[in-house]
Amino acid sequence: MPGGMTPRAAGRIPVLAGLLALFLAFAGAAALAVEPSEMLADPALEARARAISREIRCLVCQNQSIDDSAADLARDLRLLVRERLVAGDSDQAVRDFLVARYGDFVLLDPPVRPRTWGLWFGPAAILAIAALGATLYFRRRRAAAPPAPLTPEEASRVGRLVEEERLP
Amino acid sequence: MIAELGHFALVLAFLVTLLQAVVPMAGAARNNPRWMAVADSAALVVFALVLFAFLALMHAFVRSDFSVALVAANSHTLKPLLYKISGVWGNHEGSLLLWVLILALYGAGVALFGGRLPRRLRARVLAVQAAIALGFLAFMLFTSNPFARLATPPAEGNDLNPLLQDPGLAFHPPMLYLGYVGFSMTFAFAVAALIEGKVDAAWARWVRPWALAAWIALTAGIGLGSWWAYYELGWGGWWYWDPVENASFMPWLLGTALLHSAIVVEKRDALKSWTILLAILVFGLSLIGTFLVRSGVLTSVHAFATDPARGVFILLLLIVYIGGALLLYAVRAPQLKGGGLFMPVSREGALLLNNLLLAAATATVFLGTLYPLFLDMTGGGAVSVGPPYYEATFVPVMLPLLLLMGVGPLLAWKRGDLPGALQRLWLAALLAGAAALLAFWLAGGETPLALLGVGIAAWIFVASLTEFAERIQLFRHPASAGRRMRQLPRAAFGMTLAHLGLAIAILGMTGASAWKEERVVNLTPGASVAVGGYDYALEGVSRIQGPNYWAFRARFAVTQSGRPVATLEPERRFFSVQRLPTTEAAIHTTGFADLYAVIGDPDGKGGWTVRIYREPLVPFIWGGILVMVMGGLVSLSDRRFRVGAPARARNAALPAARNA
Repeated sequence: MPGGMTPRAAGRIPVLAGLLALFLAFAGAAALAVEPSEMLADPALEARARAISREIRCLVCQNQSIDDSAADLARDLRLLVRERLVAGDSDQAVRDFLVARYGDFVLLDPPVRPRTWGLWFGPAAILAIAALGATLYFRRRRAAAPPAPLTPEEASRVGRLVEEERLP
Repeated sequence: MIAELGHFALVLAFLVTLLQAVVPMAGAARNNPRWMAVADSAALVVFALVLFAFLALMHAFVRSDFSVALVAANSHTLKPLLYKISGVWGNHEGSLLLWVLILALYGAGVALFGGRLPRRLRARVLAVQAAIALGFLAFMLFTSNPFARLATPPAEGNDLNPLLQDPGLAFHPPMLYLGYVGFSMTFAFAVAALIEGKVDAAWARWVRPWALAAWIALTAGIGLGSWWAYYELGWGGWWYWDPVENASFMPWLLGTALLHSAIVVEKRDALKSWTILLAILVFGLSLIGTFLVRSGVLTSVHAFATDPARGVFILLLLIVYIGGALLLYAVRAPQLKGGGLFMPVSREGALLLNNLLLAAATATVFLGTLYPLFLDMTGGGAVSVGPPYYEATFVPVMLPLLLLMGVGPLLAWKRGDLPGALQRLWLAALLAGAAALLAFWLAGGETPLALLGVGIAAWIFVASLTEFAERIQLFRHPASAGRRMRQLPRAAFGMTLAHLGLAIAILGMTGASAWKEERVVNLTPGASVAVGGYDYALEGVSRIQGPNYWAFRARFAVTQSGRPVATLEPERRFFSVQRLPTTEAAIHTTGFADLYAVIGDPDGKGGWTVRIYREPLVPFIWGGILVMVMGGLVSLSDRRFRVGAPARARNAALPAARNA
């Protein structure tokens, strides 16, 4: 399946290798995204459509939502989202519809499933490990014997040295 | 001919680098001063050779020598001079050459200004640096020769991608590379210290300016890139959590951690082994960023398989350098005995917590960027990771860090007094609450996270000022506060500035994400649209001719309740060679918000698609980043960094005279 995802945008934009170019490839369609003609008359419905569009991936672009992309497929998906909303679907029903068609890949907000556990629980696990590491560090340091207190001779020597420093 | 000389200079540079990697290292091991001295002259020679190669390539671009394949593929005679020059690094081969040039520049910097480094450490640092340069020169010579010729040169070049034809893009990559490659210095210092088996306060003081310089450049580079995306891409966004952006953000996050942990090594002789590990990992992330971008794995895992030579080469470099350094670390780190003891609640403790949170934040971005690749390669199927993921994971990790930022600097070394510090921050807490309330009053409570953002920005801002006032005892002894301020080391000013800058930038990011207003409409000339309290009247659209493009230029008269505010002239440019349109947004800034207009396509019936945004507080993002960079520069100018270790500062006059 991913083989079919070779960016169609690449045909339109000569993709250079490299940092800048990758930046571009997703910027690729500098042409503009949502067109006035696509918009729904009902502002509440349109606002919902925009909100959903922002979390749906344009499948042929690089990391771009269908709301940002000017690719033809993004336009088709935007119209599809609006069609479903007009037909009375809930936001979740629209998302489910798209997932049924294109798989989880279409969601920019990846669902929590066993294969994305690493993704979702990784940060918390890393924090927990870091906290554990820090605790052990302090525990070990505390176990290390504190330096012996100064003997009276040392203490008086320190006092003398401090006095010397004070004198101009 | 000049192109061949450039190629030859690279081959020579490769050979001299080989010398620089081996002889000084052996000299340091055998305590042979003449062998060690090779490092300095070799570093200067390598820099001169790579600079020559770079200038040779630039010459080919400026002269439009299309017999050089790279020039033919990326340039055009009609292209303005600035973009002929920046076109040198607007492609794979040229940007690699820039990478190596900057690496050589840092090496020459150590050779010239590292006079106060112990001879052995300097030789080892330069040798490690040379080992890095060796790999990248080999990469260039074997897989990506920028000077390859074409048998039949075309009459005209293929032009540079129009999106890159922008002043912002002329400066963004060199800055970013100064940052990326700058962390090769801290890496070299870390590896040299591991070989030496000694990490002390003096080492940390030598490393800090290099880490700081890299951090400044990376901050400025990321800021420039974000700014460019904001005004060029035409939908008013400034950060997309794109893998390429993340590739630069990860070294920044971990580099910031390194900057802070090096302070603990210098002041308290603790966290040594952790700091060394950070130095290795930060450069590792720089290399991973290079790998991600250069190998094509981001486009698709399969793009990597179709042309694996480059990707495999970088992966190999990554394994050799980072794997090698980690191996050395595993062997040597246990010998690094931590010095200063401290309680969990202390300045060191706060800096350690800062490091843990920054490391966790880096790991979060790392997971988000690489997990989909990993899943795809292991046959787990495709997933997308977009902004919602980072909002759900990165932001919660950063929040405690930002709260801590206010408190940490007020804690004493070794054993801090948390209730005392919090007591001194009553004003910051009060004003943070007031700022959040003000935001609620102005914008309403639909976006609670934004109110939190405003509160946190105010908290950091006031807390940083409080800490500064405490330091100079502004309120306890106001008469002598001015004198104490003058005596304050520059690094203290730098820290306050950088923290204030972050507060300003956070306010900008919060406002821009939460309260952006947008209208997309179809306008005919003469009609107008209202957005965020301003009226935008489309006066007309004209067709204009540029040097290598033509464009539609729209003219908007912007008014606020009848009073003229600005004229905005966005353009939609069409580049004839690459047949790619670009948008040139027109932006008017009021200082607190940007009025942002973009012209789209005509509808064929006399109307135009028009996008108008009101971008509240976006100028604060750029202003905040600028203040952070200034803070870094002020800190870098601290004379303690130039003078070197404290013990040497006292009798600095003598060795200096002897050296001269």
